[in-house]
Formats: sequence, C-alpha cells, structure tokens
Amino acid sequence: MSADKAQIARQFIEFLPHAKALGMQIVSIGDGMAEITMPYDERFIGDPKTGVIHGGAVSALMDTCGGAAVMCHPDAPAGTATIDLRIDYMRGATPGQAITAKAHVYHITRSVAFVRATACDEDTDRPVATATGAFTVEGR
Amino acid sequence: MVRKTPEPVQIVKQRRDAALNALVSGVPYITFMGISFDRRGDELTGVLSFEDKLIGNPMLPAIHGGVTAAFLEVTAVISLSWAYIWEDFESGTLDVEALASGDLPRLPKTIDFTVDYLRSGLPRDAYARATITRAGRRYASVQAEAWQDNKDRPFAQATAHFLMPRTDNTE
Repeated sequence: MSADKAQIARQFIEFLPHAKALGMQIVSIGDGMAEITMPYDERFIGDPKTGVIHGGAVSALMDTCGGAAVMCHPDAPAGTATIDLRIDYMRGATPGQAITAKAHVYHITRSVAFVRATACDEDTDRPVATATGAFTVEGR
Repeated sequence: MVRKTPEPVQIVKQRRDAALNALVSGVPYITFMGISFDRRGDELTGVLSFEDKLIGNPMLPAIHGGVTAAFLEVTAVISLSWAYIWEDFESGTLDVEALASGDLPRLPKTIDFTVDYLRSGLPRDAYARATITRAGRRYASVQAEAWQDNKDRPFAQATAHFLMPRTDNTE
C-alpha cells in the first residue's frame, strides 16, 4: 500500500515539466520523506562572477521536494499545494556540484502538512540552505 | 546664471537601458527562466513569459511553485541591485560601457526568502514588482508581489533579506 503510494508520488514528481527542466531526480521517496537531487548546470548560474547556482533554482528544488514528501505521507490522500515556504540560505553551493534536498513532513493535520527541508552539495556537513513550509492536504 | 543643458532624451534612455540589460543578461538563470524587465524611469517590472517548462502540476495546469518563488527572487535581486547602482551610473561614477562588457557589480546575497502562495499561477505571463523597504549599508529588506491578469489580485508575495556587497573589496 505504502510502496504503491511512493510509486505514484515518484511518477507524479518525475512528470512535472519544471522538475524535468531543472534535471531533478528522485533519490528516495516514501512515508512523508523525500530526497531529490539537481545536477549542476551552467544555465542555472545566478552569480556569473562565482558560478554559484541561483537561489531560485534552489527554491524550486526545495518546493518540489517538500511537495513530494507530503504526497507520499500515509495520511495525505492526494495532491498538495504550497501555502508558504521560507528558505534560509547558509552559503553558496560549490560550483560544479549537484545539490540534493531532503524533506520530511514533521507534522500533519487533516488540512495542513508542516515540512522541513535541508539542501546540501557534496559537503553534507554544511547545508547550503534549509527550508520550512506549510502545504495543503487535499482530497479529504 | 548659466543653466546646464539637459541631456538629450536618447542619451538618457540608452544609458539606463544599457545598464539594465547588462545587469539582467549577465545572469544565465534569468535567461533560462525567460524573465525580462520593463523599465519606466527607475521603476522595474519583472515579466515572466509563459513556457511549458514552467509548469508544475500538468493536470491543472499551474505554474510550478518553485518558478513563482524564483521569479519573485529574481525580481527582488535585480530591483535591489538596480537601486544600488542607479546613482553611480547616472552620475557617471560607474561606466555603463564597462558594465555592458561584463564588468558587473557584485550582486546582493539572499539571506532568507519567504513566499506566500495566494492562488495558483495560471499558464500565462506573469508580472512582478519589488519594493525595497530597507536599504542599509550591509542589509536590505525587500518585498515583492506577482500578479497575472489583475494587479489587485496577486498570486504570490514574498519577503526577503539580503546581504549587500561590501564596498571595500574585502569579504
């Protein structure tokens, strides 16, 4: 049952045109947790002087990963939409390295899922960014 | 009393458009997203030209929440940088030709960014404007709002804080 749900969520996320455009790939998904990676791509550079990826691309990764975590939660019956998302940028991601986000639903009610996420490059001890968000729980 | 002759309008427009173009076209991600800027005097409006690759949920279809966040963040960063260099290129302290040839000023760094999704983004063009609510020497606070058909019905709004580039060339 739960494995099916994870499979549906995986297919849905991989089907999103913008997630595809950014080259996002699901590393793992299930039980209110998701891990998604985005490769380094020169088209996503935000600061041409340093080659650091734009914060906007990191936001898109965080939002996708948060939504994926909600979709695969056992208590969330169907789709979800972001209500709000706050992202703290700790440092610029190292140019040339993929960015991987991990999100988990730390609390869910009938209407709202509360999500936390962390994004890292290859140096997993020093996060690039963290996020907290509220997502809708739909179809109940 | 000798009055200074005002600059010809073409010169003024050319300088401002060149400065804006240098600022925007220097950032690959802005091009990738298909974001451009309309300018009226010093007022900027971000324009997100709709493309299929911006879609999140294809069933609705709606613009990806990450796209909306990115659009607001791009508008906030460019508006802030623009306000930051305006005096300098208007007075000639900052050479617009040098700007255009790629010698861009350091960009503000995003400290944090909060976006509220008010309604779903429809598959059509979107517009955004940013207001700088505090422009300090080290930190700046910016609010931004995005709308589509009706400016009084924004589909998203954002609050952001930025670390301003140091002027003394040390990090």
